[in-house]
Amino acid sequence: MPSTLTNPLALIAELTHRCPLHCVYCSNPLELQSRAEELSTETWSRVFQEASEVGVLQADFTGGEPLARTDILDLVRAARSAGLYVNLITSGLPLDEPKLAALVEAGLDHFQLSFQGAREEIANEISGTRSHEQKLRVLQWLRQHRVAVTLNFVIHRRNIDQLEEMLAIAESSCATRVEFANVQYYGWAFANREHLLPTREQLDQSLALITHEQKRLEGKIRVEYVVPDYYAKYPKPCMGGWARKLMLITPSGEALPCHAAKVIPGLVFENVKDRSVRQIWEHSVAFEKFRGEDWMQEPCKTCDRREQDFGGCRCQALLLTGDAAATDPVCSLAPQRPKVDAILAGINAAPPAQLFVQPPWLYRPNPT
Amino acid sequence: MVPDTNSKPRLAPGCRLGENNQQRVLLMPERALRLLGPSLEIIERCDGQHTIQQIIADLQKIYSKAEPQKVEQDILGYLALLQKERALDFEP
Ligand SMILES: C[S@@+](CC[C@H](N)C(=O)[O-])C[C@H]1O[C@@H](n2cnc3c(N)ncnc32)[C@H](O)[C@@H]1O
Ligand code: SF4
Ligand code: SF4
Repeated sequence: MPSTLTNPLALIAELTHRCPLHCVYCSNPLELQSRAEELSTETWSRVFQEASEVGVLQADFTGGEPLARTDILDLVRAARSAGLYVNLITSGLPLDEPKLAALVEAGLDHFQLSFQGAREEIANEISGTRSHEQKLRVLQWLRQHRVAVTLNFVIHRRNIDQLEEMLAIAESSCATRVEFANVQYYGWAFANREHLLPTREQLDQSLALITHEQKRLEGKIRVEYVVPDYYAKYPKPCMGGWARKLMLITPSGEALPCHAAKVIPGLVFENVKDRSVRQIWEHSVAFEKFRGEDWMQEPCKTCDRREQDFGGCRCQALLLTGDAAATDPVCSLAPQRPKVDAILAGINAAPPAQLFVQPPWLYRPNPT
Repeated sequence: MVPDTNSKPRLAPGCRLGENNQQRVLLMPERALRLLGPSLEIIERCDGQHTIQQIIADLQKIYSKAEPQKVEQDILGYLALLQKERALDFEP
């Protein structure tokens, strides 16, 4: 490995795109992969072994819904015996109590349960299914097991005013960590953006509340808040920098530097069916494309913050400017920032009454 | 929040020792800490069996060249940091 290359720390394993929920903000790509294309248990097991050998510490099982894989227990065992820390990111469906016990027995380290809201009504609206009650049941079952529990709430205009209720759910559970993640706008979220972006006033209120609650809960629950980057001054260091820390494998085995990379035209992705994790990490042209700084344009090229945020998100640059190598337009220094300001102006001009009407959501379908 | 020095720290669920490139690491939800010398000695004793006082006494012996007061402060500081990360439970 060349000395400038760091090793990946986490492997994001999108085990399947199948999912019983239909979240309107789902970060999955619009083009979902089918069951027939999914990798076998054996291939995944080899990938976990290879990932561990290049220095990966953690496997994030995600999707779609990872529990939709009937071999999920074998996959947990395989990742664990490869020496990885195993994290399950799940909607909690389909799951029953014996299955949960078996997952922990198989070596699951961390259970991240995602909620679509604090109340049944909004959660079911956002997920397009009746799923909220099941999540509350799963929280009860989790008390009986030695596994770390994180609650994940994806935050947007229609639930950002319910943060206190969400924290109450967390406090009455065995969770040691809560993630409030404002929607990132790609995949289905980008299609529904107009109805998801919070107003400036909502955001300011939520920030004040979170700061207060983080203090109050210190030592009990770690509260993390990911702010919506459209409102930020600088972009976030997307994925810790392109091809610096993470590798994502899609259900069919393509290796991507981030969730949304397939929106960038012209990139060719390697498949773990044909190449080892090490070969891909070191040589994939798609990984090389935006690694380091050579690809940067002004103002990033000479900016002091380029080692901190790596110029932001490449997919967001593509989606909002048409050029994947542009400065992320959420950056206040970006020449294209006015585009983002115009979007925000539209949102903030909307009359508040709109909040009470259910928007014409575009729901994420379940692939076959 | 300062834990009682008679309590017995134990790694919280989902926090465990691992290895990476021949180095010991503390694996936690969404975080990993590299463990060197004293930090490894401390973590290895966070097993729900040793009281904080015992951990302090043990390390004062191992690091007998260091000022005992300093060793104690460092340990309490490190345990407080891990508590903030929610990596420890304190058993009575
Ligand atoms: C795509 S889901 C797949 C796993 C599982 N189906 C679930 O929802 O937990 C992975 C994680 O991303 C979160 N998520 C989904 N879409 C998002 C978006 N647009 N922005 C931020 N987080 C998102 C989900 O809440 C979940 O915690
Ligand atoms: S639709 Fe919802 S539950 Fe399903 S993968 Fe997307 S975010 Fe997860
Ligand atoms: S100009 Fe580029 S490097 Fe500088 S803050 Fe903006 S996105 Fe980051």
